[in-house]
Amino acid sequence: MTELLVETPDFARERALMAETWASPRGFIGWFTETGHKELGIRYIVTAFVFFLAGGIEAALMRIQLMKPENHFLGPDAYNQIFTVHGATMMFLFAVPVMEGFGVYLVPLMLGTHNVAFPKLNAFGYYIYLFGGVFLYTMFFLHAGPDAGWFSYVPLSGPQYSPGKRVDTWAQMITFTELSGLVVAVELLVTSFKQRCPGMSLNRIPLFVWSMIVVSFMIMFAMPAVMLDSTYLALDRLIGTQFFNRSEGGDPIFYQHLFWFFGHPEVYIIFIPGLGFTSSILTAFTGRRIFGYTAMVSTLVVTAFLGFSVWVHHMFATGLPQLGESFFTAASLMIVIPTGVQIFCWIATIWSGRLRIATPVMYVIGFFIVFIVGGLTGVMLAAIPINWQVHDTYFVVAHLHYVLIGGALFPLFGAFHFWYPKWTGRMFSEAMGQTSFWLLLIGFNMTFFPMHILGLHGMPRRVYTYQPGMGWTALNQVASFGAVFMALSVLTMMINFFVSKKKGRLAGANPWKADTLEWSLPSPPPVYNYVHVPTVSGLNAVWDAAPDQPYVTGMRFDRREVLVTKTLDAEPDHTEMLPGHSIWPFVLACTSFLGLWGAIFFAWWFSIGAVLSGIALIGWFWPTNEELHDHIVRESGEPGGTNVGAPEKHPA
Amino acid sequence: MFAIALPIQSALDAAGPQAARIHHLFLFFFWICVAVYVITILFFLVAIVRGRRRSIVEDNPANDRRLGIFVGTCSAVTVLALFVLLFSSVATGNAIGSLGKEKPAQFEIEVTGHQWWWEVKYPDAVTASNQITDANQIHIPIHTPILLRLDTRDVIHSLWIPNLHGKRDLIPGRVNKFWIEADKPGVYRGQCAEFCGYQHAHMALVVVAETPEEFARWKSHMSEGAPTPMTPEQTRGQQVFLGAPCANCHNVLGTDAYGTLGPDLTHFRSRPTLAAGQLLNTRGNLAGWIANAPAIKPGTLMPPNQLSGQEMNDLLAYLETLK
Repeated sequence: MTELLVETPDFARERALMAETWASPRGFIGWFTETGHKELGIRYIVTAFVFFLAGGIEAALMRIQLMKPENHFLGPDAYNQIFTVHGATMMFLFAVPVMEGFGVYLVPLMLGTHNVAFPKLNAFGYYIYLFGGVFLYTMFFLHAGPDAGWFSYVPLSGPQYSPGKRVDTWAQMITFTELSGLVVAVELLVTSFKQRCPGMSLNRIPLFVWSMIVVSFMIMFAMPAVMLDSTYLALDRLIGTQFFNRSEGGDPIFYQHLFWFFGHPEVYIIFIPGLGFTSSILTAFTGRRIFGYTAMVSTLVVTAFLGFSVWVHHMFATGLPQLGESFFTAASLMIVIPTGVQIFCWIATIWSGRLRIATPVMYVIGFFIVFIVGGLTGVMLAAIPINWQVHDTYFVVAHLHYVLIGGALFPLFGAFHFWYPKWTGRMFSEAMGQTSFWLLLIGFNMTFFPMHILGLHGMPRRVYTYQPGMGWTALNQVASFGAVFMALSVLTMMINFFVSKKKGRLAGANPWKADTLEWSLPSPPPVYNYVHVPTVSGLNAVWDAAPDQPYVTGMRFDRREVLVTKTLDAEPDHTEMLPGHSIWPFVLACTSFLGLWGAIFFAWWFSIGAVLSGIALIGWFWPTNEELHDHIVRESGEPGGTNVGAPEKHPA
Repeated sequence: MFAIALPIQSALDAAGPQAARIHHLFLFFFWICVAVYVITILFFLVAIVRGRRRSIVEDNPANDRRLGIFVGTCSAVTVLALFVLLFSSVATGNAIGSLGKEKPAQFEIEVTGHQWWWEVKYPDAVTASNQITDANQIHIPIHTPILLRLDTRDVIHSLWIPNLHGKRDLIPGRVNKFWIEADKPGVYRGQCAEFCGYQHAHMALVVVAETPEEFARWKSHMSEGAPTPMTPEQTRGQQVFLGAPCANCHNVLGTDAYGTLGPDLTHFRSRPTLAAGQLLNTRGNLAGWIANAPAIKPGTLMPPNQLSGQEMNDLLAYLETLK
């Protein structure tokens, strides 16, 4: 049972109407006025992937430099810029946005609605993210790439020790990407809480959507901390405030607290969607609902809370009072518990399910093998004395890549393969998919496992070179050689996807026999998603659907109407008209970009950008005739809009 | 040009009680983590094999109860293991913290970070003028707890001598205290561990742990001023030193060179390396360093010096007397 909706005589006409109402804008200008969530979600994912490739090239350059001691391939100037841009790219321009892209693409589909709650805001978020990335790389190519590390500690990043525009570039790039992160968080939360189709009460929300809900909350609490931090830094640098200048009563440690109050939750923001992918993939490939749904959801929430109470373990070497530090050891160890429960529940699911092996599952297996190593080295890092030894060494470099690549990239690549048929309508080559998996698993471990040993043998991180006779050369060469396999893996995956897009066999609606609502739609899904808002009668929407599963009738096909439901039990409440395409998000992104970029050169640009953005916002909120009409109807007290009938049983 | 056989720098080869405690704790954590990893992956593999063999999905209350017991037991064991790890970590932390309390420190050493070298001072509690100033090496007597007072002149650095202890940051405006002790004589290398700009990679130092007698000899030698030049060559060299920009930044006890921006040079030929561990302290390396330091260490504050061959020879002859 894949297609939930049974054809009715009116179906073809309704479908045509919906296709017209929700059509994407056409032409060159249409590119910039798009507000559809699938198109924007794909743009997020593709853009983030391009940045991933850029970050990968930077990593490769670093690995070449470190292949032999006192190498002259890159000097300290180039190396420091490259490792900073690598970190900033992977964290801010790849890992977070690619997860957000998946959220933007999948959440409305999984919830059975037509678009996200704020389509124009969604478009704005994408452009501001894109501009942030373009900004960083433009400055990088102009030899003004940031060079104080992805967390840019003061006073090294302050006006005295980093003159020029390099650190300003970093601080302003944060503003762009965090703005985009907040925008996505808001719209995914509202969508998840108000636009679920009837029947999808809180306890039937798919685990991937839960992971995005939790991540969105985390973004809303974590991102303001780093925006504050980077703004204080920019103000110190640009207009002479003294937030972090010790001699004027500022405090460099305050910078670190603010940064890591964001920085540690950031890791979970990247990693929790990976848990969502894993649950989705395992459900489909074991043919069994995930064991312990309630435990899975509550451990996600617990992880989010604990994620905010562990930040000081990044600062154990700063010499804070020991008792206070012990609290953070306890909290950092505690966070193992919810993740452990998730892992045990997945093991239980596989144990009692009927496991089929295909590329997405291979990547989930890779996730287990790699991520658990990272989790356990994290346990070591939580112990203050051990942390004093391995902090800021290659041991930490190994740890963070085991956690982020193991916990986020493996599930992400699994997700790429899992939803590829849905995006493109075609199947990829299974052989090439599995080849890319093995290349990544082998290459990754060759690259990063030796780094544990390097760190214990005294190699600090962020050194552009090292001296012969330290005993680090051989392990560095193994690491550099392993990176070749990682590059081949990504290349294999890309070729596989490009070729399969034309030549792959047709996938059909639900090639994996998966359970969530998007698999009830044709592949690729039509622009309007669902002709009629569906209903669900169980946690696994597709599996639990009755042959005559009801759907919602009475909504208009001739305008962009979505069904708003109640937060707890998703009972229909009212309909809401979503805006169509609009150029204003793009214009607003341009004016914000102008103001923010200009401000690092001349403070008045900020004001100019603000005035122009104000004008753009007037355009943004200028009502259309249709909205004006609705408003007049509402104000005059006459019944307006449309009435939504209760879910109607379709005559079987 | 570069050092060939460097002193050891490893967290796995403890040469003092602090590093030994951390090493023991690390091994304890390591073996527990290995056990946890092996058991979890084993469960996972068995689950995969069972899941592959199964022809129908098992999803009923009785089975759920069994799985619930499995998940619950695993979680309980995890919690238990975490408690054990937490207590061992706190106990080790307390033991490390007790070093300075049990045996009062014999003396203190002040370490100040600079971009990109270490200034080391041995204050004398009795006669302030007997203070010794050195750079990029710390001499300590063995079996003696020593209090390091850490400060920085510019950005944040982090002092890390893995064979003796973990690392501690040098933060502007606050003095961090740090106890070390060495068990056996030897030379232990350390390096800056907090990214501090261009030459973070070349900011090393050595700790020379020696017997108390050797240490006392070294100390009394260090508190003497620089010898008076003996040969005409050395005398001319001293004139070059005092006349050229050298004296603006460097101090040589007993002369008119009072600079404090660069390392104290009174006994600099007794140091094994130049440029914070980057070069061996040989005459050739020294000449190259004086002529064009930025070419060797881009970003260094030491400017290139245009000296004639004669001047350079004289200067080197003088500098070689600063033992």
